[in-house]
Amino acid sequence: MSDTGEVLRLEALRKSYNLGKPNEVEVLHGLDMTISRHDFASLIGPSGSGKSTLLNVIGLLDKPSSGEIYLLGKPTSHMDDAGRTQLRGSSIGFVFQFHHLIKAFSAIENVLMPLMLTQGKPDHAAVDRARELLAAVGLLKHADTKPSQLSGGQQQRVAIARALITEPALLLADEPTGNLDTQTAGEVFELFRRVHRERGCAVLLVTHDPRLSANCDRTINLVDGRIVSDFMNNTAPA
Amino acid sequence: MIQPKRLWTEWALAIGFLREGRAQSIMISVGVAVGVAVIVFITALIQGLQANIIERTLGTQAHIRLLAPEELNHVLPAPPGTLQLVLEDRRAQRLRSINNWQQISATLDQLPNLTAVSPVVSGPAFVRRGDALESVALVGMDPERYLQIIPLERYMREGQLRVGADDVLIGKLLANDLGVQVGNKLRLDTGQQNTAVVNIAGIFELGVRELDERYVYLDLKQAQSLLDLPGGVTVIDLTVADIFEAERIAKQVGRLTSLKAESWIKTNTQLMNALTAQSLSTNMIIVFVAISVAFGIASVLSVSAVQRTREIGILRATGATRQQVLRVFLIQGALLGLLGSVVGIVASYGLVWVFNTFGPGLFYIPVPRTLVVVTLLLATLTGVLAAAVPSRRAARLDPVEAIRYV
Repeated sequence: MSDTGEVLRLEALRKSYNLGKPNEVEVLHGLDMTISRHDFASLIGPSGSGKSTLLNVIGLLDKPSSGEIYLLGKPTSHMDDAGRTQLRGSSIGFVFQFHHLIKAFSAIENVLMPLMLTQGKPDHAAVDRARELLAAVGLLKHADTKPSQLSGGQQQRVAIARALITEPALLLADEPTGNLDTQTAGEVFELFRRVHRERGCAVLLVTHDPRLSANCDRTINLVDGRIVSDFMNNTAPA
Repeated sequence: MIQPKRLWTEWALAIGFLREGRAQSIMISVGVAVGVAVIVFITALIQGLQANIIERTLGTQAHIRLLAPEELNHVLPAPPGTLQLVLEDRRAQRLRSINNWQQISATLDQLPNLTAVSPVVSGPAFVRRGDALESVALVGMDPERYLQIIPLERYMREGQLRVGADDVLIGKLLANDLGVQVGNKLRLDTGQQNTAVVNIAGIFELGVRELDERYVYLDLKQAQSLLDLPGGVTVIDLTVADIFEAERIAKQVGRLTSLKAESWIKTNTQLMNALTAQSLSTNMIIVFVAISVAFGIASVLSVSAVQRTREIGILRATGATRQQVLRVFLIQGALLGLLGSVVGIVASYGLVWVFNTFGPGLFYIPVPRTLVVVTLLLATLTGVLAAAVPSRRAARLDPVEAIRYV
């Protein structure tokens, strides 16, 4: 598996809500998809197409109704909550639209949080790594600042640094620029680009901004719970 | 299973959350502190009061009294084949000596859980002075032993603590009634064709009206001859190390000596009932205060769990397990209980100090260290228990919904 660089593979993935009840709705109708280490992909689609549901299922926050998710070659459907939490913590980084930092903690503590949750008190190596990541997102001088004193773009950059602290194989982002002005959005997008280039992790961005998806290497189009197109953007720089 | 190194993060999160919601944390801690202060102060007050009452009661009586067994009628068995109807009056109990009291007293001296043994002759008499006639109780004793039971030297008001060779001690109220003072003479009459003229060596005040009106202390031998019990004693007074063990020890000594043993607990049943009722009402107050404190903590943490829904979702998405979220909230409950009880205990020390310094001054309240430690532990435990419901709710949150929560 690792020879092909496969990070994520979906097989006949279905997701229904209210399973077994009269108001059962199937949101994802059997998806097959593979994402490799080299992918910088966007997932686009109209509202209600199931983008966020798919992202939650891929991120092991939610369970599929049927089908299988292979993360780094490991099937995940049989795992319990603790197992999925552990795998999620070690191999997936999340960035959300509303950045979602823990308000009570400083920027660097937020960046360290995923490590603290799995390993306890961070050691020197971990702190050094967090500082390095903050430097990479250009916020080293705000390391001890509380999120409430940072701008939206700065908070989103802290969230990206947090997503990278565990050196995840896959970075998932749900409308990461949806809440930012155009210039800041561009800067954050460039940061994703750089992370992908320099750290070699697969990136999957959920967006409904066509300009953003046009700048990605690959565009996956989801409509009504089905993948209607999946192509490489030749115009984008490789 | 849970490495202490990993718990560090739960502590850091719990403290971070409490510090962020500072106003809430302070308010509920003050609430807990008030509850704890009330509990500690009331407990210390009641314990101090009860210790004082018991000390006063036992200051003027022996812990255990050994008396000669009651005399019973012996009914001869009727010859077989006869129906026997008995109409029996109980015998009048005459004043009599305990058999073999020297040996019994020597044996009791060896018992490890008795602290003092004092044989006493006690019986009724009249005191005459001029036209005045008062009924009194003669108590003939050996001062060396008796003072270990009742520290008479503490209660002396006039004269000297001296008995023997016609010297007696009388109570202050009796002295008033008879209009006598130290150095005056009295005539003692026991109705046994025995009278004696004695000299008042000292006047005491035990603080119990009945005793101060009626007690006349005199030498053991003189009392024996006055009461016509040569060489005998009627009572053996005992004290024990642990006063609340008195009833058990009384039973044991009673079996050992086949004498009638009465502990102070038996002879002061009403007092003991009152103390028990008082303890019960104190415990009720404590339980209800503890319940209201617990509900206070629970409601604050419930609100906090709802306010932090999104942050809980984020923690779950970045690798926190349900157990970790649970522990973060349980620790918050424990910390609120601990913090509140520390403040409350400091406050209760203040209340006790105020009471001891400016209060009515009837008695002194100590604050036992065990009370402080137990209160700290119980308050912390209450905090954890109160946090159980909100913690479980926080841990059960679905991360997907939690993140979307606005």
